Amino acid sequence: MLDGLTQPLSPAEWSAVALSLRVSLWATLVSLPLGVFTAYALARWRFPGRELLNGLVHLPLILPPVVTGYLLLLTFGTRGPVGGLLQEVGIVFAFRWTGAALAAGIMAFPLMVRAIRLSVEAVDPKLEEAAATLGAPRLWVFATVTLPMILPGVIAGAILAFAKAMGEFGATITFVSNIPGQTQTLPSAIYAFLQVPGGEGAALRLVLISVVLALSALLASELLARRVAKRVAGQ
Amino acid sequence: MTLSVALRHDFGSFALDVGFEAPPGLTVLFGRSGSGKTTLVNAVAGLLRPDTGRIAVDDWVLLDSAAGRFLPPHRRRLGYIFQEGRLFPHLTVQQNLRYGGFFAPKGAKRESEARVVEMLGIGPLLARRPGALSGGEKSRVAIGRALLAAPKLILADEPLAALDEARKAEILPYFERLRDEVETPILYVSHSAAEVARLATHVVVLQAGRVIRQGAAAEVLGDPEVTPLGAHAAGALLESRVVAHHADGLSELSVEGQRLLLPRVSAAPGQTLRVYVEAADVMLATRRPEHISALNLLEVEIRAIRRGDGPGALVQLSMGRTALLARVTRRSVEGLGLAPGQRVFAVLKAVSVAKGNVAGR
Repeated sequence: MLDGLTQPLSPAEWSAVALSLRVSLWATLVSLPLGVFTAYALARWRFPGRELLNGLVHLPLILPPVVTGYLLLLTFGTRGPVGGLLQEVGIVFAFRWTGAALAAGIMAFPLMVRAIRLSVEAVDPKLEEAAATLGAPRLWVFATVTLPMILPGVIAGAILAFAKAMGEFGATITFVSNIPGQTQTLPSAIYAFLQVPGGEGAALRLVLISVVLALSALLASELLARRVAKRVAGQ
Repeated sequence: MTLSVALRHDFGSFALDVGFEAPPGLTVLFGRSGSGKTTLVNAVAGLLRPDTGRIAVDDWVLLDSAAGRFLPPHRRRLGYIFQEGRLFPHLTVQQNLRYGGFFAPKGAKRESEARVVEMLGIGPLLARRPGALSGGEKSRVAIGRALLAAPKLILADEPLAALDEARKAEILPYFERLRDEVETPILYVSHSAAEVARLATHVVVLQAGRVIRQGAAAEVLGDPEVTPLGAHAAGALLESRVVAHHADGLSELSVEGQRLLLPRVSAAPGQTLRVYVEAADVMLATRRPEHISALNLLEVEIRAIRRGDGPGALVQLSMGRTALLARVTRRSVEGLGLAPGQRVFAVLKAVSVAKGNVAGR
C-alpha cells in the first residue's frame, strides 16, 4: 500500500488538490470581511437579536454537517427560495465549485468569528474613545486603532477557517455532490478513492498532501501572528 | 474663550447636577474621588450623553438637549489627556503625536509640532513605541498628542495621579507652561490640593455630584468652609514676590508687605510666585513670640473660626486681601480666647513649605 506514495499525482488527483485550494481560498477571503464585522458586532454592540445572531453563527458548529448541507441545498438549490432568485441573475451554487466554497465558508465561519471576537474583546475600548476625542470618526477609529490591534486574531481566524474549509466534507458532499473536476475536493476525493478497489495508494498520497497543507498553514499563521503581535504590543 | 457647562444626569444611585463657567486659563475640577469629576469631564468630551444640559465654548454649542443638539466626541475639537495616557500601542510616538492633527480641519490654528516636541522634551522618543516609555515619558507624549490635535478645549483627567512624586514634579511644570503659553481653556480634574495650588487660575469644587463653590484659586482655597478633602488637608494660596536670595540658602519673599523666608526658590528677585501654605503648618500666638526657631512671624487678623466635629478648628486669617488658614485645636481656640477681629501672629517654619508648593505666578 505504501508504494502508492512514490508515484506522481495523477491528473484527477491534481485537480482535487487545486480545487480544494481554490474553494478554501475563496471561502476564506469572501467570508473574512463579514467575519470581522460579525465578530465586532457581537463583541461591542448591544442590540436586540444579539443572542440570536450568536446562535445562528454557531449553528454549523453544532449541527451535523449533513444537515447543514441539506439546508443549503433546500435554500440555495436551483429550486430553493434564494437559489431560484440567484439563478435568474446568473449565479448558481448547486453542483458547482462555488457551492463547495459556500458550504466550506459557512462551516468555517463560527471558528473564524470566535477567533476574531476574542481579539476584539482584548482591545481596550478606552483606546477607541481616545481616538474619537482626537477627532477620528467611527470608521477611522476602526481602521486606525481597532483593526491594527486585532490583526493577529484576524490572521489566526482566517487561517483556522482556511484549514477547516480544506477539510470540509459532510456539508459539501451533501450540497454539491462529488463530481470529479467540478466539486470533488480533497476529502471527497480521498473518500471516493477508498470506495474503489486499489484506490488506497491514491488516497494515501492525498492524505499526505492534506497533512502537509494543514501543517504549513498552521506554521504560517503562528509566524505571522507572532510578528504582528509584537508590533501591536508596542515594543 | 469661556467654557460654560450646565447638566444633569441620573445614574440611579448617583446624580450629577452641576453648572459652572470656566474662564480662560486653567480651571481645576476639585473634589474627592466619587464626587463626579471624571463623569463631568466625560460629559464635556461627549463620551457620556447627559439626560439634560447645555455645554458651550463661547457661542460654539457642543450640547444642547433642549434643542436636540449633541456633537459626537470626534467633532468637539478636544485635546483630552487621560489619566492612563491611552497612547496607541501599535503606533510610534511620532505617529501618536500626529494622530489628532490628521483629523483637524485644514485651516485650524495649530501648534507647531517642533515647538510642542521641544517644550515637552520628547524629541529623543519620536521613533519609539509607547511600550518602551517610562510613566513620565508616556504622560508627556499624551500631553503633546492632545496639544497637536489643534483643540479648542483641553481636558485633563488626573493626568498625574498614576505617577510617583518625582514624576509629578517632572510633569507639573509642563502644565504650568501650557496654562501660560497656550490660549486654549483647560479643564483639569484633580483631588490634590497641591496641584490646585500650583496650577489653578479658577477652581470648581465638586461634592457628591454638585458644585459647592467656584471662583479664583486663592479665594476658594482660603475659605475655611470649603474643604472638600477634609479640614486636615486644607491650605491657603499666597501671592508673593521674590525680594532677595540670602547667602545662607534662604530666599526672602514679600507677601502683602510682610517678610516670608523660605528655602531657596529658583525664581529671580522681582518675580511673582504662588506659595501654598498648609493649614496644619501654621501656629498662632496672641503675643509676638521671642526666642523661637520659626523664622516667619506674620501679623494677621482673625476673620473666621470654623470648629470641627473633632478636636480641631480651622481659623481663617487675613493679611490685607490675602487669606491664610491655620489648623489648631479647639482647646487652643478656647485657651487663647481667639475670636474674629482679633490681631494675632501666625507662626510658620520656613522649612515646612515643601518645594513642590512653590510655583511661578
